[in-house]
Amino acid sequence: MTRPVHEGVWVLAEQAGGRVLGVSHELLARGRSLADKRRTALTAVLIGHNVAPADLAELIERGADRVLVMDSPALEHFLVEPHAACLSHLIREHCPEIVIAAATSTGRTLMPYVAVQVHTGLTADCTVLDIDPASGALLQTRPAIGGNIMATIRTSEHRPQMATVRPHSMRPADRTPGRKGEVLRVSPPEALPAGRMRRVGFIPNKETHPLAAADAVVAVGRGIKKADNIPLAQKLADALDAALGASRDVVDRGWLSYPHQIGLSGKTVTPRLYVGLGVSGSIQHLAGMQTAETIVAVNTDPDAQIFHVADVGIVGNLFDVVPVLVKKINAARSAT
Amino acid sequence: MRIVVPIKQVPETSAVRMDEATGTMIREGVEAIVNPLDLFAIEAALRLRESGGGQVTVISMGPPKAAKALREAIAMGADSGVLLSDKAFAGADTWATGLVLAEAIRQLGPFDLVICGERATDGDTGQVGPGIASFLDLPVATYVSRIVSVADGVARVHRLVEDGYEVLDVDTPAVLTVVKEVADPRLPTLRGKQRAKAADLPVWGAAQLNLPADAVGLAGSPTRVVNIFLPKVARQCEKFPAADEAGIAQAADRVVALLKERALL
Ligand SMILES: Cc1cc2nc3c(=O)[nH]c(=O)nc-3n(C[C@H](O)[C@H](O)[C@H](O)COP(=O)(O)OP(=O)(O)OC[C@H]3O[C@@H](n4cnc5c(N)ncnc54)[C@H](O)[C@@H]3O)c2cc1C
Ligand SMILES: Nc1ncnc2c1ncn2[C@@H]1O[C@H](COP(=O)(O)O)[C@@H](O)[C@H]1O
Repeated sequence: MTRPVHEGVWVLAEQAGGRVLGVSHELLARGRSLADKRRTALTAVLIGHNVAPADLAELIERGADRVLVMDSPALEHFLVEPHAACLSHLIREHCPEIVIAAATSTGRTLMPYVAVQVHTGLTADCTVLDIDPASGALLQTRPAIGGNIMATIRTSEHRPQMATVRPHSMRPADRTPGRKGEVLRVSPPEALPAGRMRRVGFIPNKETHPLAAADAVVAVGRGIKKADNIPLAQKLADALDAALGASRDVVDRGWLSYPHQIGLSGKTVTPRLYVGLGVSGSIQHLAGMQTAETIVAVNTDPDAQIFHVADVGIVGNLFDVVPVLVKKINAARSAT
Repeated sequence: MRIVVPIKQVPETSAVRMDEATGTMIREGVEAIVNPLDLFAIEAALRLRESGGGQVTVISMGPPKAAKALREAIAMGADSGVLLSDKAFAGADTWATGLVLAEAIRQLGPFDLVICGERATDGDTGQVGPGIASFLDLPVATYVSRIVSVADGVARVHRLVEDGYEVLDVDTPAVLTVVKEVADPRLPTLRGKQRAKAADLPVWGAAQLNLPADAVGLAGSPTRVVNIFLPKVARQCEKFPAADEAGIAQAADRVVALLKERALL
């Protein structure tokens, strides 16, 4: 049996309501660097219905050389069986070497279903993807055992090599207006297995918490001492136009709700600015925020782990430091 | 209604300590527990049985001591358990785990639902549930936060996604993976514990499942762990002691300057 040649890097672009989701642009950043290292083309795969042509063009402007589109009314919403049938079909037809998707509710459902159908390996929730210079293989690195260790995983024999990556663990790829590429429309496989699962309704979230997408985040840890002190952190958040986040200890104590939790078992944030107040910097918390561009930490303990990842560390009592910070930031703001 | 709940035995991860030198877990003294997220799957299954009658079977792939996890589920109220244990199963990734669980479910006979936990706290992938569904060629609803009804061959469920809850109708047999919201797990009862102690737990290996040894465990796993290391954290931190007013002012000035420098204000 001769093995087909597997070539090319694919990213799965996600859509909703006819628009490409921002997480797809993060994948393009990952995909582009892998494709460049493998000296191959980057393809964005879009499975959906009636997606805005401008959004498809934007996938190219952000790094895709080719966009493969499968469009059908049956594909409008994510339902695992028809979507998996499409992706598996494309993989069998085109034999990509690497397929990556976001570790969203869609990616985390579709990818394992497809990996079994095409009989290949899949690594969940990677934080680092790289190419082994010696073998050209995809090195998939992810936290394991509660974030206490990092494991690098390879799919040695089977192709494609598949991985999901944490959303917001990378900045979106930059846009180059006018960048050229090809949009290829492919018909879905004839018999789409649609009937066994139906979407009959949708209940939107009442409050959309902006934490995951925030440009600036103020996070509180157990050092804040009690729920009554949260407004102090909120003042700093307001001054910085930041979203409020928390460590798990704060959430477990009920001082802030679960949607505020940052870390391994909470949200991953990649803000331009992260300010930690009374956060010790456990490995599980760091897993959700250490890719922030600038990190400032306030902690009474000079040896706190958070200082290892901080740009500026203030060794002091947050209850004394924060009011001064708020005053000075507000002053600097109104001066500009 | 017949329901199968695959459960995993995991180390109590909040107690995990690492050997800094080797990057391996110190297993000594670490208790093995039922994957905490699987308790929600067990509870959801028990509630369906209580309202609609039927049977709940728990299965687990693991070493012989994983029988303890099955007994705990029986103590909570599950009717029966099967242990999937074989030296050949060792080192399985999510693909090879899904295969063994799917074959076992097939051999258990007709069923309405397979209910999995959202993910295991040790492997932490959430891939096994959708994998089982794919091996069995069944629909799967992941992140189920509520099982509204199961009647006339259709399960109506709410599925937790990023911006809300999808309401889905899924034809049974089907696979569900459930999140914490689905139900509050009950505690084992004394009577349950006695039943669990006496329960007969069949052990199935690769032969019983008609699976060749090279399709399971490490041999049947497409992925390989090639390196393990401790996460390193490193940035050049400018530290400011801020024990008095002058120190605080100086530190705050530095923060403001940095934010300006990096266009963050
Ligand atoms: C499997 C697993 C998953 C986990 N997932 C997460 C997760 O997603 N997110 C997460 O955050 N954690 C997670 N954790 C928990 C994590 O291990 C830590 O327990 C937690 O992050 C600690 O929170 P903290 O920093 O608020 O509290 P602590 O570690 O108690 O730190 C409080 C800090 O505040 C400082 N402090 C006290 N008073 C003051 C003051 N007046 N001014 C300034 N500083 C002060 C102290 O010096 C200390 O450093 C997880 C754990 C496990 C096992
Ligand atoms: N070895 C196993 N035995 C039984 N069930 C398992 C096993 N591994 C995973 N599962 C099931 O699959 C779910 C997801 O696990 P994982 O994909 O490993 O995060 C768990 O919550 C269990 O319901």
